[in-house]
Amino acid sequence: MEPSILVWLLPVPPILAFFLIIFLTNRSKSLSHILAITATFLSFIGSMVIVTLAIRSGHLGEEPFTSVLNWFPTGDTWFQIGVWVDPLTVATLFFVAITILVIIFYSVGYQNYGQPKGDHDQPGLPPHGATVEDEQGHKHRVPSIEPMYSRFFAFLSLFAFGMYVLVISNNLLTLFVGWEIMGLCSYLLIGFWYAKPSARAAAIKAFLTTRVGDVVMLLGLAYLYSLAGSLSYDVIFSEETLAMLTSTSAPIFGVSAAVLIGLFLFFGTVGKSAQFPLHVWLPDAMEGPTPVSAMIHAATMVSAGVYLVVRVFPIISAGMHHGEPTLTMNVMAFIGAFTGLFAATIAVAQNDIKRVLAFSTISQLGYMIAAIGIGAYVAAAFHLFTHAFFKALLFLGSGSVIHGVEHGVLHTGEEIDPQDMFNMGGLRKKMPFTFWTFLIGGLALSGFPFLSAGFWSKDEILADAFAHANWPVLIVLAFAALLTAFYTMRQITLTFLGQARTESAGHAVESKWTMVLPLVVLAVFAVVAGWPGIPEDFPVIGGFIPNFVHEFVGETLAELPETIAFHWVPLVISLVVSLGGLALGWWVYRGLPVGAQDPLEKLLGPVYKLLQNKYYFDELYDYIFVRPAYWLASTFTYLWMDRTIIDGFLHFVARIIFSLGGILRNYIDKPVINGFGDFVGESVKRIGRSGRFIQTGRVQQYMVMALVIAFGTLFYYLFFLSQP
Amino acid sequence: MIPLSYFLVFAAALFCIGLYGVLARKNAIAILMGIELMLNAVVINLVAFWRFRSPESITGQAFGVIVFAVAAAEVAVGLALFISIFRRRNSIAADEIDLLKW
Repeated sequence: MEPSILVWLLPVPPILAFFLIIFLTNRSKSLSHILAITATFLSFIGSMVIVTLAIRSGHLGEEPFTSVLNWFPTGDTWFQIGVWVDPLTVATLFFVAITILVIIFYSVGYQNYGQPKGDHDQPGLPPHGATVEDEQGHKHRVPSIEPMYSRFFAFLSLFAFGMYVLVISNNLLTLFVGWEIMGLCSYLLIGFWYAKPSARAAAIKAFLTTRVGDVVMLLGLAYLYSLAGSLSYDVIFSEETLAMLTSTSAPIFGVSAAVLIGLFLFFGTVGKSAQFPLHVWLPDAMEGPTPVSAMIHAATMVSAGVYLVVRVFPIISAGMHHGEPTLTMNVMAFIGAFTGLFAATIAVAQNDIKRVLAFSTISQLGYMIAAIGIGAYVAAAFHLFTHAFFKALLFLGSGSVIHGVEHGVLHTGEEIDPQDMFNMGGLRKKMPFTFWTFLIGGLALSGFPFLSAGFWSKDEILADAFAHANWPVLIVLAFAALLTAFYTMRQITLTFLGQARTESAGHAVESKWTMVLPLVVLAVFAVVAGWPGIPEDFPVIGGFIPNFVHEFVGETLAELPETIAFHWVPLVISLVVSLGGLALGWWVYRGLPVGAQDPLEKLLGPVYKLLQNKYYFDELYDYIFVRPAYWLASTFTYLWMDRTIIDGFLHFVARIIFSLGGILRNYIDKPVINGFGDFVGESVKRIGRSGRFIQTGRVQQYMVMALVIAFGTLFYYLFFLSQP
Repeated sequence: MIPLSYFLVFAAALFCIGLYGVLARKNAIAILMGIELMLNAVVINLVAFWRFRSPESITGQAFGVIVFAVAAAEVAVGLALFISIFRRRNSIAADEIDLLKW
């Protein structure tokens, strides 16, 4: 079979699964998850076939697997959509297919398949647990199955569909379609437990915040289409189009069209990948079930943002002379590096296990954006690749931890937050699989040297920053990496090491195999995913495996980016920050006693409070955007515009017409029209009454009358009319 | 020869007698007889005018015959009506036949 036909088929199984679950198998929980898993498995198999074919094909960069269809006519030509598999697509497809499959598989366990129905569970709320009785008559509280189990799998399938559409698109419009489908799904899934007010608020926040970015991105697409007349990659990334975009000056800001389009598209990424200043939605998105967090924050949605900027790198870098970065790239480097550090500092002071990961995601995405900003798009793609695995692993691991602690909470009946890391501790022995896999993920995130995937990709970015002599970016990113290692170790220490700080944590149990197996799979990838990117000239271990990422992904663009020569400075920086951060994190938090406050709180004082409240950005946005919007809606629009002006005008018009009607009724209708009608009727009646006495019924009288009239008429004629 | 005016006066007298009979008599049969008198007065007029004005044509006589025929038919219908009324009401007094009053 042609590879391109197979590519067309990749998104089909998930969307079929979505509709089948929604319309047919909704009532059967087992059938629903079987459908979803089968569908994603089919897509996974297809993706792996594509990946294999692509790697074998040799020069995919020049000859991507592609095929197009005419979609709709635009004047004399057709708007074409199609599929496009180049090395970047292959790399993305690889991690997307794997992470989606394991996340969906993990959801079976996470949503408590096989557990009894809850005592008081209702749709829209997380399951509260069920009471079961064993043979001895003891009652136990155990986790209960999610009431909207099938619905969850339907949404995940739709999400997978959106991501596949986005990845295989050959043009920015269908990419945008997939992008928006994921936006919708993130809304549905963050608000999955819609009866919780916080989940509802988070869903709306995520949707509206990303919408801000999407609108700007759409503007960029529209501008690009108006100039280039096409959104297909082969057209917009061609030399002529890029030259045209560079030489055209944009109507605003006095920059070239390429810069403006690049900035607009980048702003879409800012929304989707939660970069400053649109980062606020991502931490709140933790309200959704944990597999959703893994899906959104690791495998698909936020990756889509980075994927977009890597994809449009030719436009972003159009007009680059002698390695001098363009304005777009400078903006990206600034925002990426700033976000990387900014989110890392916040993550240091978070106590919710998932929120720490959320901020670390923002931070790592900032890394990738900064890497693109300094022109290291291969490094960005590489970090995207490795990050997807270890961040999915960390999220699923945190889900497993929460699950275990929730089990303990149900057992002991304590009133504690099962997501607060200060309520954990000592889970190492209770949940060994979760601990070891989480440790691998955490080490990968902090860039533990040599063994972890994160080290190689992060090192690549730092090396690029060093090679481009971009000191501010290098320093900021290095500091962010230090913080990353610190808060990762803080998380691991608080959660797994030491002694249990609550009774619930002491009663935590290891999760079921459906949850542990995905962790193990991802843990393997969290280690090996970095190997294809080991620089060839790295001391000792370089060169065993060819630097596949550089050659293969780098092939995406026509010219292969130059290999960065190995230098010891970034390596030393990498080693120092990751090992130093890890050691510091362990040293500060080791053996934290029960009920102790965060040691950092004493050390940092008010700064800690600032970090814990995320620099008060939520409050700031609340004052700047949310409250004015509410005021605008409730006071200005509703009370003033609607109730006062529009309603007032309508009431005024109604009153005028009402009184006009009264006048017409009282002065025209009643006296004139009715009066005339009554007059005619009454008159006829009166005439008849007065004339009826002559009707006696006697023929002879009638005859007399007739005679009289006849004589009268005769006389009249004779005496009046016949007068000359 | 008797002048025309004699005939006309006679016919007028006859007509008036008939008219009086129609208007004043109670008995329906008498009314019918009055009508016959009036018709005969008309026929006398017709014949007299024919004899004095245009004796050469036959029109007057023909009209007279037709009026007789009509009168005979009319009497037949009238008598039949009166018999029918008599059978129902046991009376043919004209002032008692007043069903059509208001």
